This record gives sequence, structure tokens and C-alpha cells, in this order.
Amino acid sequence: MNTDSTAGLRVHLKQAAPIHLDAEFHCATGELIVLVGPSGSGKSTILRCIAGLTAPKTGSVRFNETVWLDTDLDVHLPPQKRSVGMVFQHYALFPHLSALDNITVVLNEASRIDREQRARDLLAFVNLQGLESRRPSELSGGQQQRVALARSLARDPDVLLLDEPFSAVDQITRRKLQLELARLRQQLNMPIILVTHDLDEACILADRMCVLHHGQSLQAGTPEKVMSRPDSDLVARLVGLTNLFVGEVVDHNSEPQITQLRWANHTLECRHRPEIRPGETVSWIIPPQQVILHRRDRPSRGERENPVDGVINDFVVLGGDVSITMFVEENPDLPLSLTLSSHVAHRNHLAVGEHITVSLLAHGIHLMPQR
Amino acid sequence: MDWSALALSLELAAWTTAILIPLGIVIGRTLARRQFVAKSIVEALIALPLVLPPTVLGFYLLVAFSGTSPLGQIYETLIGRPLVFSFQGLLLASLVFNLPFAVQPVQRAFESLPEHIREAAWCCGMSPWRTFKSIEFPLVWTGVLSAMVLTFAHTLGEFGVVLMVGGNIPGETQTIAISIYDRVQALQEQQAALMSAILLAFSFATISFIYIMNNRTRRRREY
Repeated sequence: MNTDSTAGLRVHLKQAAPIHLDAEFHCATGELIVLVGPSGSGKSTILRCIAGLTAPKTGSVRFNETVWLDTDLDVHLPPQKRSVGMVFQHYALFPHLSALDNITVVLNEASRIDREQRARDLLAFVNLQGLESRRPSELSGGQQQRVALARSLARDPDVLLLDEPFSAVDQITRRKLQLELARLRQQLNMPIILVTHDLDEACILADRMCVLHHGQSLQAGTPEKVMSRPDSDLVARLVGLTNLFVGEVVDHNSEPQITQLRWANHTLECRHRPEIRPGETVSWIIPPQQVILHRRDRPSRGERENPVDGVINDFVVLGGDVSITMFVEENPDLPLSLTLSSHVAHRNHLAVGEHITVSLLAHGIHLMPQR
Repeated sequence: MDWSALALSLELAAWTTAILIPLGIVIGRTLARRQFVAKSIVEALIALPLVLPPTVLGFYLLVAFSGTSPLGQIYETLIGRPLVFSFQGLLLASLVFNLPFAVQPVQRAFESLPEHIREAAWCCGMSPWRTFKSIEFPLVWTGVLSAMVLTFAHTLGEFGVVLMVGGNIPGETQTIAISIYDRVQALQEQQAALMSAILLAFSFATISFIYIMNNRTRRRREY
């Protein structure tokens, strides 16, 4: 991977209307960035700005040293002059042309034979052979998507843009196509930007994901980082994290290095965050996996770590696991979720209405300054 | 049978179609793609000949073509002959009253073409002209064909405007529709019947052709 700061695609977009945009991110060569956010968060508009189909009020799009868009320099290249490949949400195949001709029609090779050979190679690259003469209406959703991907690669683009490429196919096909994309991208040494509202998809495919809200890029990072260490309570909410609470930083201990947090009637020990001033109100999260049940028959070590008690309000079996929601101190405003193996839940005779005590693991508590 | 009237009608229809179709493509495509302030007014003006009595349209065209109007004066100065009661005047009138037939089918065809198909072509590096030639035109050509056939057939059948603007000069402005009227007036019923039958057959054939084409494209293509 090229780590040169100018290599790859740099995007900076800003406008107030018609769609609010305030996005800035970088996608290195060979990297796959997923723009994720709810409907109307401006994901597709950002992709269109990169492709040159929409012009933002202010901003710049640069690939390596080439300027595709710079409103300060009054540079605004049309899509034909930007080396992009784009797969549209509903593929936008040319309905009057066969799968093969959907590709030959965009090629510039002089002879028909060369164009056909190259189109066949591209279709083979996306694992679509034997259906060259079919029209788009005679292809399944997954096959159409492959043609669209092959067509987007026909101009040998420097950047690949994918606008919700898996939203129009059934779930089994979606998994298959996602796997294929993960495989193909290793041969495509270019920045790839994929837009989706599907968080699972983002986590599976992304090297880094960029969380968008009302056109604003809130956080970019590896899926692991974003899902466990969101920058703000808004990011935490947008990526669907549970166990989101508000507390107040009391103090920082230096030995051992912990930060103390006042929450409900508890003082919790948290991962050390000395940069947050004592007295500041913060949002905080803890993953359900970091909430540990105290065994009711036999107390054990580690139970002094942030013990919290409450009453079970919800008990749902999901496969081999159980998802439990408890009301801390019986307060319905403090729902705390934890997941257990179903045999653990069974052995401890857990059920709705039972009182339990849990430990919140200090290193799992993540503090976030409030917006 | 008045062969010269039929020939004149066919000539008028051919010229009208040849001039109006490129115009219809440009206007229809613009109306389908662009949003502008006076769009509804422009669309209404183009559709006006559909609802206006041909005599009313003919009257205004007659006024506009006359030697006292700027248009008529300019034409007379340049060509040396009056515009009214001439084949050129008839053709000009024909272009005006056929405008909706040339524009509307093309506009509908362009409107049914999803915007992202063009965008996909651009993102594949295709120039606007290549996109039009290889993608847009093949997808709207049945609309263009409809426009051609409708314009041609409608020109053959127009009566009111032709009578008002062209008068009734055999070999110059007497079309087959007017010739039929003349024969009926002169009680030459058999000749009128023969020419009417020819027009009826031609009209039915052209309209059937349009419906067949439209149904075939609808069956063959799904977006």
C-alpha cells in the first residue's frame, strides 16, 4: 500500500444546500473505504461529487497529483475526464444491449474483434461466462451486478465507486457477491469507495469505514475501532451500539491508571482518559460482551470491578446465546444489555424479574466527550 | 383520381417530416431533460395546434404570412414572391400545426429514459454525442418513429389550415384532402370515394404500424 500522503483519492466537500455536505476523507490506493450512514445522510451525493455527476458548492477531489475538482481553482472535470468506474445502485445497464455489448459499446479499441475480446475478458474477470448474449432483462440481479462491475472496469479506472451495489439482490446472492468483491479487490490496485446503509456489510468489507450523518463525515477508522471506540455518542447511536449512558468524570488515578466516573449511584472505574477534565459530563458505552454476570452460587474474584445490580427486564434467546436487558437499580431509564451463553443463563436460573449483579469491566468502558 | 393532389400531399408531408423530426428531437429532448421557468408555457404553445380550430390557426398564419406583416415582407423581399398561397407558405404552416406531433412522442420517449443510464455512459467515458448515438437514440427511436409517422399522416389529412393558408391552387397548394372536398362539391362522388379510401387505408396502416412498434418495444425491453 502506498503511504505517500498525496497518493490515492482525497475528497473534501462542503455545501449548505440543497443537500448539506461537510465531508473529508482520504482513500489510499488498494484501500476499500465504506461510507456508511442512514438514508439521506448524503452518501450517494458524495459518490456523485467524486464521479463528477454533481458539483458541490465548494470542495476538491484529487487523485494522486491530478485535480478532478477544485472550486477555488474553478476546476470541474466532467465524468468522462475523471478516471472513475462507477457501479450504480440499480446497475443502470443499457437495456437494449446484450451483456457483452454493454461493455463493447463503451470500449475504445479500434477493431470490433479487440473490443469483444476485452469485453469477454472483463466478464470472465467477474465470473460471468456463457451469458454474453443475454439482455439485462434476461439476467438475474446478481448477474446484472456483475455486468455493471465489469462495465465499470472497462475504462481501466483509477478509482472504483460502488453505490449500494448489493441492495437490489437477495441475501444469499448478496453474501456471494460480497465475498467475490473481497476477492476481486485484491487484484484491483486502486482506491475503492463503497456506499451502504448496511453496517454488517461495512464491517465485512471495509478496511476503514467513514460514518456519515447529514452529509458530515463524523469518524473514519477501521470497523473495529469505530464499533468499539466511537468518537461521539452520535457515532455510537449511528452504528447501533447499545449500553450508551451519560456520566460525570470525577477524577483520574495515576496508580493504578484509571479514570473515575460518576454514574447513577455508582462510581465506576474506567480506562484511563486523563485528557478529559474532572467535572466534565461525558457519554460512555460498554459492549454487552464486557458486562460480566456474577455467579449466584459461588462469588469469585473480579467481582469488585464495578459491581452493578438490577432486575432482568428482557430475556431473548438468539441461537446459542441469550441477550439480556436489565434495569440498573430497577430504573427503567438505565437499561443495560449483556450477552451470555444460554447454558450460563440456564445454570444461574435467569428469567425476567430476577435480580442479578454484574461487573462492568473497566477496560471495556469507553468515554466520549459530548457534542 | 387526382394524382397531382396526391403527389403534392406526399411532397408536403415528406418535407414537413424531414424538417420537423430533427427539430422535434432537439425540442423534445430539451423539454424532457431541462427544468426552466417557462417550461409549461412552452409545452402549452407546442400543444396548442391540437386544440385550436384549424381555421383559427389558419387565420393567424394567413395574417402572419401576408404582405403587410414583417414575415411576409421579408419573404417577399428575399424571394420575390408572396408567401401566402404558395407551397412554401403551406410548408411553413404545416411545420407549425404539426409541431405537437413531432415533439410529444419524442419528449415522452426521452422522459421514460432513466437519467442514470446516461450518467452510467458518461462514467464509462462516453462523450455526450456518443452517449446520444449509441445509448439514447436506440432507446428512443420508436418515439422518433412514432413522431415521423404521425407527422407524415397528419400532414396528408390536414384540411382547415391548408385551405386557409394555401388556398386551392391545383398543382401548387391543392392537397388531396382539399381535392376530395372539391369533388364532393362538384358531385363527383366516385372520385371522392376512391381518394377517401386511399387516405383511410393509409391512415389506418400508419396508426397500426405505430401501435405494433410500441407494443413490440414494450415487450422486448424492461428497465
